[in-house]
Amino acid sequence: MANAELIKNIILQMAQEIEGNKEYLTGLDAAIGDNDHGINMNKGFKNAVIKINGLGSQSISEIIKAAGMAMISHVGGSAGPLYGTLFLKAAGAAKDKDEIGLLDFTQMLREGIDGVKARGKSERHEKTMLDVLIPALEALEESAVAGGSAKQAFEKALAAAEEGVLYTKTIVATKGRASYLGERSLGHIDPGAMSSCLLIKAIYDLL
Amino acid sequence: MKKIINMPENVVDEMINGLALAYPQYVERIEGFDVIKRTDKKVGKVALISGGGSGHEPSHAGFVGEGMLDAAVCGAVFTSPTPDQVFEAIKAVQTEEGVLLIIKNYTGDVMNFEMAMEMAEAEGIKCDKVVIADDVAVMNSTWTIGRRGIAGAVLLHKIVGAAAESGKSLEEVKAIAEKVIANVRTMGIALTPCIVPEAGKPSFTLEDDEMEVGLGIHGEPGVSRMKIMPADEIIETLLDKVLADNPLAQGDEAVVLVNGLGGTPLMELFIANRKVNEMLTSKGVKIYNTIVGEFMTSIEMAGLSVSILKLDGELKALFSAKADTPAYKAFG
Repeated sequence: MANAELIKNIILQMAQEIEGNKEYLTGLDAAIGDNDHGINMNKGFKNAVIKINGLGSQSISEIIKAAGMAMISHVGGSAGPLYGTLFLKAAGAAKDKDEIGLLDFTQMLREGIDGVKARGKSERHEKTMLDVLIPALEALEESAVAGGSAKQAFEKALAAAEEGVLYTKTIVATKGRASYLGERSLGHIDPGAMSSCLLIKAIYDLL
Repeated sequence: MKKIINMPENVVDEMINGLALAYPQYVERIEGFDVIKRTDKKVGKVALISGGGSGHEPSHAGFVGEGMLDAAVCGAVFTSPTPDQVFEAIKAVQTEEGVLLIIKNYTGDVMNFEMAMEMAEAEGIKCDKVVIADDVAVMNSTWTIGRRGIAGAVLLHKIVGAAAESGKSLEEVKAIAEKVIANVRTMGIALTPCIVPEAGKPSFTLEDDEMEVGLGIHGEPGVSRMKIMPADEIIETLLDKVLADNPLAQGDEAVVLVNGLGGTPLMELFIANRKVNEMLTSKGVKIYNTIVGEFMTSIEMAGLSVSILKLDGELKALFSAKADTPAYKAFG
C-alpha cells in the first residue's frame, strides 16, 4: 500500500487538507467548544511538515513518530495529546517496516485508536474523533478480509468516516469541552471528528 | 476585532516577555519556553506548578512568587500548554520534597499535564497532581467529564502556596489542596463574548438584552441563555446554585471572590459584592475575607463569577499567611 516516500507525502497532504479547512474547523469548534481547533491543528501539522522535511531519509515509523511529536509539542488543548498519541502508537506498530500493506495499516490504526481511548478515557458514541476513526477502521478491516485495492478500501473507509461525522451531529457530547453544553451540543458536528475525517480523506486522495 | 496587539500569533510570547519585564523582582521567563518561574528558586519546599491556556491574566503567571506558585505554564490563548512546556517547568523548579501540579478540570489540561507528569516520573522526579473542578454550572455526573475548574483556582493557589511555603510534605500539601477543592464553588455569567486573537471573531453572539449563564472562562457558550436581569437578581441566581451545592450554615466562615472576566468595571463588581455580602450575612455566615477584582479573566469578556470557599481553622490560617506575587499580596 505505501512506502516511506508515500507516507511522507500523505502527511504533507494531511497538512494541506487541515490548512485548507482551518477556518471551517475553528468555526465548528466555536459552536460547541472554544473556537481554536483549526488554528491549533494547523500549527501542529505545519510543525510536522518542518520536522519531516528535516528528517532526511527515514523509515515509515520515524516519519509518523515525528508527526506525532509535532502534534504533542505544538497543538496543545486536547487535540495535541490525542492526535499525538494516535500517531505515536501507529508509528510503534509500523516499526521496522519498509513497506506497509492494508493489513499493517489496520493494525497501526487499531493501536492508535486504543491509545486515543486510553489517553482520553473515552469510547465510541461520545461525540469525538473516535466516532470517525472507529467506523473507518471497521471499514478497512472488512476490506482487508474481502480483498481489493487499498484505494477501494479507503474509499469505503472515507464513506464510513463521513457518515461518522454526520452521526456526531445527532448525539450529545459526553467528552471534551462540548460536554458542558449538554443538550445544546445536539445538531453540531464535532470538530475533532471532522479533522479525523479530513486526515482519512488525505490518505484516500494520495493512494 | 480591535485589540492592542501586534501579530495575533505572537500575543502569548509578547505577553510573557512584558510580564517578566514588569516584575523582575518576582519572576523570570525560562528562555525559549512559555514558562514563568520565581526569580529566587526556593528549595526545601514542595514546588507548585499551575498553568493553562493564556487569556486569563493575571492567571496564572501573576501568582508566581512567595507563598503561591513556583512556576506557571502559559499555553496558547485558551489552549492547554503542551507536555514539553509543563515538563520544562517541572525540571526548573523541582525540589527533593517534590512537585505538585495544579490542574483545572479540562480534558486538554488534564491530558497534557498528565503526560508531563509521566515524563517527570520517568526521570525520577517526585510529582503529583490535583484537579480543581469548582464550576457548579456544569452538572457532575458519570456522563460528563465533570465540572470545569475556574476562578476557585485562585483561592487554591493561595492556600496551597502557603501550605508549601510552610514546609509541609507533598502528601500534606496535596491533602490540603483536596480540602480546598472540596470546599470551593464558583459560578459565572457573561454579558459579552470574547475574541481569541488568532480567531479574530467572537465565539458566540449575544443580543443586547441577553446574558449567558454558567459559562466557563474560554469564551465557550454557557449552559443557558437568559434575559439580562438587575445585578441583585443575577447574584441571587448565581449564589443560590453555589450554596445549593456547598451549603453554608449559620456561624460558618467563608472567603468570597467576586471575579471580573476582563470587560466588567470594578464599579459593577462592587455592586455585585454588596449583594453577595447581604445574602451571606443574612444566613448568618461570617465573611472572613472578600476579594474583588480581576483574577481569572476571559480576555475582554464582560461578566463576572462568584466563588465561595468554606473555611476551617487550618484553611483560615493558610489563607491569611503571607503571599507576595505580582497579582496577589497578603501581609500575613
